[in-house]
Amino acid sequence: MRKIVTSVIAGIGLALACGTSVRAQDKELTIFWAEWDPANYLQELVNDYTAETGVKVTVQTTPWPDFQTKAFTEFNAHGDAYDMVVGDSQWLGAGSTQGHYVDLTDFFNQHKLNDVMAPATIKYYAEYPGGSGKYWAIPLEGDAIGWSYRKDWFEDPKEKEAFKAKYGYDLAVPTTYAQLRDIAEFFHRPDQKRYGVAIYTDNSYDAMAMGVESAIFSYGGDLGDYATYKVDGITNSKEAAAGLDMYKELYKFTPPGWGKTFFVEDNQAITGGLAAMSMNFFAFFPPLVNKATNPYADATGFFANPAGPDGKRFAALGGQGISVVSYSKNKDEAMKFLEWFIKDETQKKWAELGGYTCSQAVLKSDAFQNATPYNKAFYDTMFMVKDFWATPEYAEVLDQLNQNIYPFVVGGKGTAQEALDKTAADWKATFTKYNRYK
Amino acid sequence: MASVALTNLDPASRAAARGWSDLTIRNLFIIPTLVFLIVFNIFPLIYSLGYSFTNFAANRSEPWQFVGLQNYRELLSDDHIWSNFVITAKYVIVSVAGQMVVGFGLALLLNRSFPMKGLITTLLLLPMMMSAAVVGLFWQLLYSPSWGPINYVFGLGDFAWLSNPDSALYAVAITDIWMWSPFVMLLSLAGLSAVPQHLYEAAAIDRAGWWYTFTRITLPLVSPILLIALIFRTMEAFKTFDIAYTMTTQPTAELIAIRLYKQAFQQWDTGKSCALAYIVLIMVLAITNLYVKYLNKVKER
Repeated sequence: MRKIVTSVIAGIGLALACGTSVRAQDKELTIFWAEWDPANYLQELVNDYTAETGVKVTVQTTPWPDFQTKAFTEFNAHGDAYDMVVGDSQWLGAGSTQGHYVDLTDFFNQHKLNDVMAPATIKYYAEYPGGSGKYWAIPLEGDAIGWSYRKDWFEDPKEKEAFKAKYGYDLAVPTTYAQLRDIAEFFHRPDQKRYGVAIYTDNSYDAMAMGVESAIFSYGGDLGDYATYKVDGITNSKEAAAGLDMYKELYKFTPPGWGKTFFVEDNQAITGGLAAMSMNFFAFFPPLVNKATNPYADATGFFANPAGPDGKRFAALGGQGISVVSYSKNKDEAMKFLEWFIKDETQKKWAELGGYTCSQAVLKSDAFQNATPYNKAFYDTMFMVKDFWATPEYAEVLDQLNQNIYPFVVGGKGTAQEALDKTAADWKATFTKYNRYK
Repeated sequence: MASVALTNLDPASRAAARGWSDLTIRNLFIIPTLVFLIVFNIFPLIYSLGYSFTNFAANRSEPWQFVGLQNYRELLSDDHIWSNFVITAKYVIVSVAGQMVVGFGLALLLNRSFPMKGLITTLLLLPMMMSAAVVGLFWQLLYSPSWGPINYVFGLGDFAWLSNPDSALYAVAITDIWMWSPFVMLLSLAGLSAVPQHLYEAAAIDRAGWWYTFTRITLPLVSPILLIALIFRTMEAFKTFDIAYTMTTQPTAELIAIRLYKQAFQQWDTGKSCALAYIVLIMVLAITNLYVKYLNKVKER
C-alpha cells in the first residue's frame, strides 16, 4: 500500500515539475470570444501563427448570452485570464474609458490601418469616442444584418403570377421595406405551415434591438445624436416611429410563437422550410449554403437590407474588433500577434476560412465577392451600416429600449410613438444620471 | 447547556486516547462550518448591505459615493419594479397553489398498497431531480406552437404559449408545478404514513364518511408538514430564475429575480441591485415569518 501511495505522489510531483518547465518555455496567448462558427475559424487561422512562431494561441469561447457578463466580470476583477478579447462594438465605451483595453492609436497610425480596413468597421469597431482619432481595437469580424430567402418560392411561375395580380408589380427580391412587407404577407399561409418572414424578437440582449434599428435607420430615423447625447425629437421622431411600426407589421407574418427568437430560430425558419425570408447576421449564413445543415441549400438566396420609403438604406452593424486586455501579462506578445493578424495574406486566409474580413483589399477582390452566394450582399452591406450606442452605459440604454419596444412589437401594447417617447425619456434620464450633458 | 447535552467520551475510544475532550471534537465539527458561513454568507451579506447605500458599479473604476436611501427610494417608486413584484406574486400564488394541490393529491393516491408502488413513486419523483435550466429548455420545446406535443394533444392549433404576453407567465408556472409537485408529494407522503392507523379504524367503526375522515383526521394531522412544504415552495418560487429565464423573455413574465440579474450583471448597477436584493430578502422574510407563526399555532393544537 505504502509503495503505491509513494509512487502516486512521485508521479504527481513529476507531472507538476514537467508542467511548470514546459510552461516556462512556451509562450501562450488566450483570445476570448463568443461560442460560434467564426471562433472556430479563428482557431484554425491562429494555428498558422503557432506553426510560424511557436507561440500557442487558444481561442476560448462562451455561449452568447454569457459573453458580456463573463468578459466584464473578468475585466472588473482585473484578471489576466484573457490576453485579447474579440468584444462587441458596443463595449468600446466601457472598455476604453474604464481602462480595460490597451490604447492602440499608435499601432493604428504606424500601420496606417485607416487605409487598410473598411471605413465603417474602423468607425464602429475601433474608434472611441466617435471622431476622436483614438483606437482601441483592430476590426476582426465584420458583420451586419442581412436576409436569406427561398429562391424556389420566389421563382415559382404560379406564385409570380398570383403576386403580380394581387400587388401589381413583379415578385422579386425586395428593394424596399414596403415590398418586403407585401412579400411576407403574400407567403404567409398558416394553413400550409408556411409563413412570411422570420425576424429577431429576443429581448434578453441586443437581438431585437438590431432588427428594429435596421428598420428605424432605413426609415430615416436615428437612435439619437451619439456625439451630444441628444435624444428628444431624434429617438422619437416620426421617421423612427414609422420604422418601428414596420417592424411590428412584419411580426404579424412570422411563424407562431415567434416571441423569443435570435439567430438559431431565424436560421431554423429557413432550414425547416417555415419562412419565405429570414433576417440574420451574415456570420450565421454559412450553414444555410451547406446541404448537410440546410435541405434547401440550393434554393436559398441572400439579399442586403432593403431601403425605407425615402430610399435611405442602412443595416444594423454586428461584428467585433480584437482588443488587447490591459491586465494581460503578455501584452507585448499580443501586439506581435496583431501585427501578424493585419497582414494582407493573413486577412486573405481569414476570409477563405469563413471569417468576415474587414480588409478593404480582400473585400473588393472578385475572389471574395464570388466565393459564396452571400459575400456580394455582405460587401454591399458593409458600406451602409450604422450601430447602436457605444457609451459605457450602453447596457442600461439597451435594456430600456427592450423594455419599451418589446411590449409593442410582440405584445401589441400601445403605439410605436408611445414606445419611442418613453424610450427617449428613459434615455435622457440615464444620460443625465451619467452627466453626459455638460 | 453544552455539558448537559454532550455525553461523555468512551474512555476506550481513539479520540480519548489522543487526549481529545468532547469539547474539542465539538469544535472540530463546528468551527469549519462557522468560518465558512461567516466568510461566504455573513460577510458578503453585510458588505452588500453597505453597497446598497452607494452608487457603486462593479464595472467602473471611478470611486463610489454614499447616496443614503436614494437607491431604495428610486426602486420603490419605480413602476417597472412594482410590476415585477406583481408578476412574481401572481407566479408564486399560481405555482405554489398548483404544487400543493397536485402534490398532496398524488400523495393521497399513493398512500395505499398497490403493485409496483415503489417504482411508480420513484418515477414520479424524477422531475424534481432534473436541472431547472434543462426543464425550461424541454418545456420550451413541448410548448412550441409548430411541433410541440402539448398543442397537438389538447388540439390548441398554433396557440403560442410563451410568445403570448397573457399566457407566458402561466406557462412557466405550469412547468414549475410539474417540476416541484413531487417535492410536496414526498413530504405529504411522509406525513400521511405517520397518521396512526387506529384513528382511521376508530372512524370506520363510527361509520364516518370519507370527507369527514379527511377533514377531521387526515388534514389536521398532516397540516404541519404541509405547511413546511408550503414555506419551502413559497421561498423557492419567490426567487425563481432559471426556469423562467430559459423559457421566455416576455416582460409579462419577468420575475423579480430576472430583473435583479439584469440590473446587477447586464447594467452593472451594483449599488441599486444590492438594494433590490435587500427589498426581496425582507419580503421573503416577512412572508416566511407569517407562515412560521401559523405553523407554530397549528402545532400547538
